[in-house]
Amino acid sequence: MGAMSVSMEEFLKRRKARNRAILAVLVGLCVLFYAITIVRLTH
Amino acid sequence: MTDVTSAEYVAGDVQLSAAGVGDYWALLKPRVMSLVVFTGFAGLWLAPGHIHPVLAAVAILCIAVGAGASAAINMWYDRDIDAIMTRTIGRPLPAGRMQPNEALAFGVILASGSVLIMGLAINAAAGALLAGTIGFYVFIYTMWLKRRTPQNIVIGGAAGAFPPMVGWTAVTGDIGLPSLVLFALIFFWTPPHFWALALFRSGDYQKAGVPMMPVVAGPRETKKQMLIYTLVLWPIAVAPYVMGIAGAVYGALAAVLSVCFTAFSVLVWFDPTDKWPKRMFAFSILYLTLLFAILILDRAPGGLLG
Repeated sequence: MGAMSVSMEEFLKRRKARNRAILAVLVGLCVLFYAITIVRLTH
Repeated sequence: MTDVTSAEYVAGDVQLSAAGVGDYWALLKPRVMSLVVFTGFAGLWLAPGHIHPVLAAVAILCIAVGAGASAAINMWYDRDIDAIMTRTIGRPLPAGRMQPNEALAFGVILASGSVLIMGLAINAAAGALLAGTIGFYVFIYTMWLKRRTPQNIVIGGAAGAFPPMVGWTAVTGDIGLPSLVLFALIFFWTPPHFWALALFRSGDYQKAGVPMMPVVAGPRETKKQMLIYTLVLWPIAVAPYVMGIAGAVYGALAAVLSVCFTAFSVLVWFDPTDKWPKRMFAFSILYLTLLFAILILDRAPGGLLG
């Protein structure tokens, strides 16, 4: 399994993209849990 | 410009990942996941009873994430043989874009989350079945069978056959006989599907030491087994019509598609090249997709298929 080499600039770009993806997932989970709660309470 | 070597950046004692979002996405095997979502949705759609659309979406999401988690753990475990096979050498782990522990942690977190949400938001039976499906794929197929027996994908195929049962259970809370038919449909479809692939990728599997049927028993025996499985599929494919889950249009189309699947198998039998195995592999995906699509349409409000 060969290791890859990436520039610092590319590394920072990927990290930023990962952070944004995590933010999107967390917001998505908030919406999901809210929706589940409302549905469970009203049905 | 400073270069960051390997799949991580070491800052003090902390190792920071250099993997991109696309690498995490690739770990989920999105193409496999799409078929799992589709069959899971079919189980949910065909099940008697009612489920709130939001909860139905949550159940499908959990099935999708559970399938993705299984794939990520599978890639973590199989990273050594993935680095040998041409088909898999570009995956994030063998390509060195990600550390093994990242993939394992990602898979375990997604698996736990999907099972937990399925169990708490939908019902305990669906959560337990999803956990069983992930466990079966990881421990029974990936870790136990895959490298030990040519029957690996026959028994391991059960993991791919569970999603419609999970979807069904999400609605009903238990496993009904019709969901077992949907299970059987995917279970008996899996061997001819994977062996068609293995026929034109046997060199890859041989190199990696994976005892796929064409590697161990040879192409002739594999083709014979494929033919038998396509014949076994005939009654199973039309069973939903016989059991009253689907209408006559489904029954007729299922019979025609099954005959076509067997015809492909016969053409593979007489073909010493890779041409028909490749075509059969492509058709096998179309076959299962169409069967489930027709099942869904047959149950659509207003009866799209009459």
